[in-house]
Amino acid sequence: MVPTNYYVILSAVLFGLGVIAFIFKRNIISIFMSIELMLNAVNLAFVAFSQSKGNLDGQVFVLFVIIVAAAEAAVGLGIIILIARNRRSLNVERVDLLKL
Amino acid sequence: MTPQLVIFFVLATLAIAGALSLILQKHPIHSALSLIVVMVALAGLYLLLGAEFVAAVQIIVYGGAIMVLFVFVIMLLNAGIEEHTNFSKLAGYAGVPLGIALTGFIAAAIARSTDTVQAATTGGNIASTKQISTMIFKEFVYPFELTSFLILVAIMGAIVLAQREK
Repeated sequence: MVPTNYYVILSAVLFGLGVIAFIFKRNIISIFMSIELMLNAVNLAFVAFSQSKGNLDGQVFVLFVIIVAAAEAAVGLGIIILIARNRRSLNVERVDLLKL
Repeated sequence: MTPQLVIFFVLATLAIAGALSLILQKHPIHSALSLIVVMVALAGLYLLLGAEFVAAVQIIVYGGAIMVLFVFVIMLLNAGIEEHTNFSKLAGYAGVPLGIALTGFIAAAIARSTDTVQAATTGGNIASTKQISTMIFKEFVYPFELTSFLILVAIMGAIVLAQREK
């Protein structure tokens, strides 16, 4: 059997890669996708701990995370369409209205 | 090396390769396809853990619905190769070391953890879909109803945001 440790370390690595993608990507859609990657990494840790403890709470939580991610994707992509329409660009460097 | 361990390492390599590809690809559509690879690999890992229902939901909702929405928006907005503007120096010098440090801290904490975490996964038989549905509709029924409300608000928000002003 695979130790739970391996799953959690994989989850940490995927989360770190998501953070790096979030920092480095300039395209707003790619940044949004890196958020989805981080949510997926957290889900993996949830399921791994749920199985190792023999407790199903973690899997129910994963379902809730997926539901919230779907809602977030709907609203976030609506905002992205609005930004693209108003700014004619998907580059986050050009969206600096709140910058001093 | 048990067969499960071999399958785990194949799927883990696939997931990490997909995540790296997401970072390195310049075109958003290539990033989206890499993310689909990560999600399918994670669904395989859920199956390996014995969480069949979560694996199916992962494929249907993440791989099917959310990623199609992403690809649809990328094509709708005709997103091209991401341009390199004056790159933030701080992100370049602090971002990668901090990201690697974060991963390292989490991994080190796990590696030093107690035996309870290191207990081998039982796999199968405890996670039946029936038990999950019983939990959702008994213990977690209020959060479940709240999520339906959340979805409704999100749909209305998306419509209001995306509609063109007259």
